[in-house]
Amino acid sequence: MKKLVLATAISVGLVANVQAAGRDTISIVGSSTVYPFATVVAEKFGKKTSYNTPKIESTGSGGGMKLFCAGVGLDTPDITNASRAIKKSEYDKCQKNGVKSITEVQIGYDGIAVANSKKSERFNLTRKDLFLALADKVPNPDGSQTLVHNPYKTWKDVNPALPNTKIEVLGPPPTSGTRDAFAELAMEGGCKKVDWIKAMKKKDKKAYKAVCHTVREDGAYIEAGENDNLIVQKLEKNPNALGIFGFSFLEQNDDKVQGSTIEGTGPEFETIADGSYPISRPLFFYVKNAHIKSIPGMKKYLQEFTSEAAMGDEGYLLDKGLIPLSQSERAALRKDVMSGKKLSM
Amino acid sequence: MNNTETVKNSLKKRYAREKRFQLYGRMAVWTGFIFLAILLFDIITKATPAFQATEIFLDIPLDPVTLELQADTQLDEETLRAIDYAGLIKKSLRQAFPEVKKRKDKKLLYKLVSSGAEFKLRDMVINNPQLIGNKPLSLWVLADDDVDTFYKLETVTSRIKEQQIGFIDKLKQDDRIRTSFNTTFFTHSDSREPEQAGIRGALMGSFWTLLVTLLISLPVGIAAAVYLEEFAPQNKFTDFIEININNLAAVPSIVFGLLGLAVFINFFGIPRSAPLIGGLVLSLMTLPTIIISSRAALKSVPPSIKEAALGLGASHMQTVFHHVLPLAMPGILTGAIIGMAQALGETAPLLMIGMVAFIVDVPGGFLDSATVLPVQIYLWSDSPERAFTALTAATILVLLGFLAVMNAIAIYLRKHFERRW
Repeated sequence: MKKLVLATAISVGLVANVQAAGRDTISIVGSSTVYPFATVVAEKFGKKTSYNTPKIESTGSGGGMKLFCAGVGLDTPDITNASRAIKKSEYDKCQKNGVKSITEVQIGYDGIAVANSKKSERFNLTRKDLFLALADKVPNPDGSQTLVHNPYKTWKDVNPALPNTKIEVLGPPPTSGTRDAFAELAMEGGCKKVDWIKAMKKKDKKAYKAVCHTVREDGAYIEAGENDNLIVQKLEKNPNALGIFGFSFLEQNDDKVQGSTIEGTGPEFETIADGSYPISRPLFFYVKNAHIKSIPGMKKYLQEFTSEAAMGDEGYLLDKGLIPLSQSERAALRKDVMSGKKLSM
Repeated sequence: MNNTETVKNSLKKRYAREKRFQLYGRMAVWTGFIFLAILLFDIITKATPAFQATEIFLDIPLDPVTLELQADTQLDEETLRAIDYAGLIKKSLRQAFPEVKKRKDKKLLYKLVSSGAEFKLRDMVINNPQLIGNKPLSLWVLADDDVDTFYKLETVTSRIKEQQIGFIDKLKQDDRIRTSFNTTFFTHSDSREPEQAGIRGALMGSFWTLLVTLLISLPVGIAAAVYLEEFAPQNKFTDFIEININNLAAVPSIVFGLLGLAVFINFFGIPRSAPLIGGLVLSLMTLPTIIISSRAALKSVPPSIKEAALGLGASHMQTVFHHVLPLAMPGILTGAIIGMAQALGETAPLLMIGMVAFIVDVPGGFLDSATVLPVQIYLWSDSPERAFTALTAATILVLLGFLAVMNAIAIYLRKHFERRW
């Protein structure tokens, strides 16, 4: 019994000791889309400076925000990556938990590709085609202003100009930021093209969102998990299927898959950068300003990330598939980051 | 018809039945074997390229003039650190390809060499300042992963440009490009550049994590098993505990991760991502396995040995610790090793406690951030760069190797030390 008490005392002492020790490594959480970029910067930072290499967890945008907004203190992360802007509800939660001062850093853009195997013809799609092919409810094909369950079986049913193959799209699950962005940019983009649905937005925003963002569940859209490499492999096996994934995966695998054009524009570096490719989204990270003083190297890390060598027109992040901000946007951003501009909503 | 005839008549049928059953059995074994063979073949073919690294031969100018050093400059670390090593590598590439003039082509030329080369050069010069002199330093440096993939597998993606293929052909003619054994894979940690990525960090992380698991689960598991088997009174309460231990062995491992998050991180404040927390969570997971197998081993010691010891005047405690436990030890260790092998391959519970992360620094203790081998596999399998596919497969091979060794040790212990009564 004595020994047991002793052992307990030792383990409690050990734990207390752990708590008291400071942290000398930057802790970063968040989006799996920003992860490939943040990790490259972290590695460079670790090699160039004498600080430890930051630790980066890929938790998804939502999961990252939850950890980030849990409070201020060494056991909470210093930075969270996000493939979408912070939501009002998340911002409020941060404020409530004492995370008062946050700086928003937009690092660039990411394109979402709708691709198929090179063994088949390249698709020429519009956002409206994507909406009609993938939404759960679509406008009645007879022209009346009612919604029916998606009756379309082949691409030709959707748009006579498209090939006569079964609609089969492999994409990310609802937990993914890529899926959110696809629903918002591609599906809602196509949904808006139908005038009477667009009119709904003013009357009933919720119903409008439900129509535009809900993906059909009858097997035409196949959730392929968060692993984009898997989608590429499956496309290779099945030349009739289309896949939805980030631009960097398209770039790495363009000997196997090709990106469909959306409204005549293909997913290419230049078209995403100048905004003419319609399905692209901004990428962010958020900084907890209260930690800048207590964690060594924070300022330097921010400097490295926003430097011209990293996110500039010829920076190393571009090699990894990031689409850069414009010159003036970058200059403004650098000023904001270095002065710790507080985000308010 | 008498009995003998009945038997004779049915004999053929009975033989046929046995033959059929044997055939089913053989088919089952072969199905399993074929799946295993396909799996191994797939992994090994994918992994082979990862054990070769493409290297490029460079003559790097290190004369004081190029380095812009004055004759009287002290060669202390700070001065050496400030040298533009990336520039030196670019210069040596320009010297190797004097015909490349256009800015765009030069950029492509610089991309032949891994971005880690400058840091390798920097560390070499800092460790050995005598390298600075009029003689250029001849050095094999790692090629970029796109070049590496192209050179080894000859797959052409748009990542490799036509001009670069020309450069590589010229390097080939001059014997300035080669493949050699990929030591980086074993000496480096995670990196976002496939050619610089290795498993050392994950290996050390696995080591520290399993050490914590072993230190906690083995003593606790054996103590629990000995008490429950030899000392505990037989009543409803011990029955209840026994049922619970058996149930715990079947609980999905992610549940232990959630428990670890709630108890160890949120309540006790143990840092996220550390081998300590990983080891604690994994020992929760392996404890039931160890307790169950230890109890089985203790039970298999014949009562006659116990009775003989008691008859000669040994106390209950002495009987257990001098006779029963040593005889049960091989069985207990076998169970422990199998439990540890299970823990080595686990990712799900680690997801919740922050060990699924990009960590470059090699962990040096229980409290440094760390990741483990199966997590490394998971992270690389999800990376966009093509070359990570081979690294993923190679890491799987290493993990399978460790599992095979651990299981072989368990079998050896069982074969050589276990007594049959």
